[in-house]
Amino acid sequence: MPAEVNKSLAPASKPKFWNDPDKRAIIFQILIVTMVVAFVAHIVNNALTNLETRGITTGFGFLTQTSGFDILLTLIPYDATYSFGRTFLVGLFNTLLVSFLGVALATILGFVLGVARLSNNWLISKAAMCYVETFRNIPLLLQIFFWYVAVLGPLPSPRQSIELGSAFINNRGFYIPSPVLEAGFWFVVIAFFVAIGACIYLSRWNHKRQDATGQQFPVFWASVGLLIGIPLVVYFLAGSPMTWDYPALKGFNFKGGAVIIPELMALLLALSIYTAAFIAEIVRSGIEAVSKGQTEASHALGVSNGRTLQLVVIPQALRVIIPPLTSQYLNLIKNSSLATAIGYPDLVSVFMGTTLNQTGQAIEIILMTMAVYLTISLLVSLLMNWYNKRMALVER
Amino acid sequence: MKKLASIAAMSALAMGLSSGAQAADETLGAVKGKGFVQCGVSTGLPGFSNPDAKGNWEGLDVDVCRAVAAAVLGDASKVKYIPLTAKERFTALQSGEIDVLSRNTTWTQTRDTKLGLNFAGVNYYDGQGFMVSKELGVKSALELDGAAVCIQSGTTTELNLSDYFRQHKMAYTPVVFDTSDQTVKGFEAGRCDVLTSDQSQLYALRIKLANPDGAMVLPEVISKEPLGPVVRQGDDQWFNIVKWSLNAMINAEELGLTSANIDKMKDGNNPGVKRLVGKEGPKGEGLGLSDDWAYNIVKQVGNYGEAFERNVGTGSPLNISRGNNALWSKGGFLYAPPMR
Repeated sequence: MPAEVNKSLAPASKPKFWNDPDKRAIIFQILIVTMVVAFVAHIVNNALTNLETRGITTGFGFLTQTSGFDILLTLIPYDATYSFGRTFLVGLFNTLLVSFLGVALATILGFVLGVARLSNNWLISKAAMCYVETFRNIPLLLQIFFWYVAVLGPLPSPRQSIELGSAFINNRGFYIPSPVLEAGFWFVVIAFFVAIGACIYLSRWNHKRQDATGQQFPVFWASVGLLIGIPLVVYFLAGSPMTWDYPALKGFNFKGGAVIIPELMALLLALSIYTAAFIAEIVRSGIEAVSKGQTEASHALGVSNGRTLQLVVIPQALRVIIPPLTSQYLNLIKNSSLATAIGYPDLVSVFMGTTLNQTGQAIEIILMTMAVYLTISLLVSLLMNWYNKRMALVER
Repeated sequence: MKKLASIAAMSALAMGLSSGAQAADETLGAVKGKGFVQCGVSTGLPGFSNPDAKGNWEGLDVDVCRAVAAAVLGDASKVKYIPLTAKERFTALQSGEIDVLSRNTTWTQTRDTKLGLNFAGVNYYDGQGFMVSKELGVKSALELDGAAVCIQSGTTTELNLSDYFRQHKMAYTPVVFDTSDQTVKGFEAGRCDVLTSDQSQLYALRIKLANPDGAMVLPEVISKEPLGPVVRQGDDQWFNIVKWSLNAMINAEELGLTSANIDKMKDGNNPGVKRLVGKEGPKGEGLGLSDDWAYNIVKQVGNYGEAFERNVGTGSPLNISRGNNALWSKGGFLYAPPMR
């Protein structure tokens, strides 16, 4: 039988190249790639020609023109005399701000809820279940409107603000005192970094000592003490180089201090509460994926409940949790573009909205916006994949 | 197989090419072919473009759309209205989604020269103003230092506001929404102290408030806002049609022609009337329309004065006086070139 096969595979004459499947495949692939490239090149060229014949300005020159409009929330210095390029950065930073805070809050809330769902306490686990089922089944846009219109909207006007110590809350936002740093504050910052260094050293020293002697040192509490203690001592030694700027009602609104605008609060609440429901389920599935035998074995070795969770269950659960968690982070970042519905000045609202309308250069602006979301998402993916690899099972 | 692929590629390329060659000079043919005019309007602004209780669009801007339909198709009702936010409007026109944009749009140099658009005239001379709640006790815009201001995004209003406050060295917090509805809601909910927009819009939006008497419009007008219909650049024939549809309405008012009396007056001796109804003069030839194009506009839509009074003037809840929008002969700015 094998002999016969060999015979049929080696015919007397060389086949025509289009009868050779390998060569044919290569030809087709080259053909398709050429077609795709030609098609894209044609589309781009066509669009440019059309824009020119219709008298629509193209190019990225608009990025250096003066913008002429103001923005509600800016993390970098900005006013109407800055350029459209600057509005891009302002929008980008606002998007990053809400994404970063949203990811952090959603992760914390999601982990707490995920663990709560597995609780032996009937009330806690059912409450967590209700939360998950409610919030992941209501459209996000609706939740954003709920927080913005129904919860934060009816707050009193600035003149009737609710007072919380020296902070105020009203329908224009949450006004808090902001720290004013003086010259000597540098020492405190340096002290803080020194404290971080000390913590790292402490942790390493503890590992070595444990390996050598088996004795443990309460690293966590010692680190907390160092992180708070060293900067605090330096702060007082430097003569308290910081004062507070308190918000006060002047004219129409509060002045001084810092303000968290209701648009940011509503968006942040909606995004983190919505995403936390999904994260909770991911965490629950991750923990349940670790077989019960692992916990029992750990208990049998006399390891305490907390240490079992910390050293046995969570490291293994994380392997299941991280990949879907990455997707949720990416969803949250992209969902932040719903900000435009309530007027939070994110990238879509400021750049793809106002800037696009003032310049009329739709293609350039939409391409830039898409590129930004793609870049942010790819970076987050990259980071999470790296973390995933670190956490993955190392097989020897 | 390979042949099929290459044919597909060829046809795709051809399609791309043909879409490149198209564009100009074809709006009139396309509109006649479709049998209706696609007109971009606002998402709801009383007096200018707003659906009534039955869902029929009405307003001063809507009447421009109807005039174009009457001129081109002989039937003012053959309009398809496409509601657009301020942000969407120019892209919709550039991409050919609409044939004409009649949406209280300010004529500016950038829009006229850099967006590939042409303004076909002015159907309302406006200016930006401020609306505040009466209980604030503000009497002038110069007392607004530190106020939070609600604005609609993507408008000239945003730019004028910034200029005005900067010039007068006052601070403000901009609160930007997508539609005028959201802007009004923000104002009503107390998110901002001031609502700024074109004055005509302020009067229109004020009647949308739960308590219109609680709000007042400040006396300052901080900008000039000539509002008018817009078409794509590069199609001169269509540009002329929209321009002269508006001019016909203004000229009809000047001649004293109304939808009620045009049938009686068209047989009279007034040479101006004879030219407008297409019995003499340039008729419809140069525009590529039938000779009774302007007659259809006046008969079915009315003259400019009728449209004004019906939509924003004394016959409407807005009750705006003619002011700058009176004919040139009556102390206003409205001046249409002669039809001869």
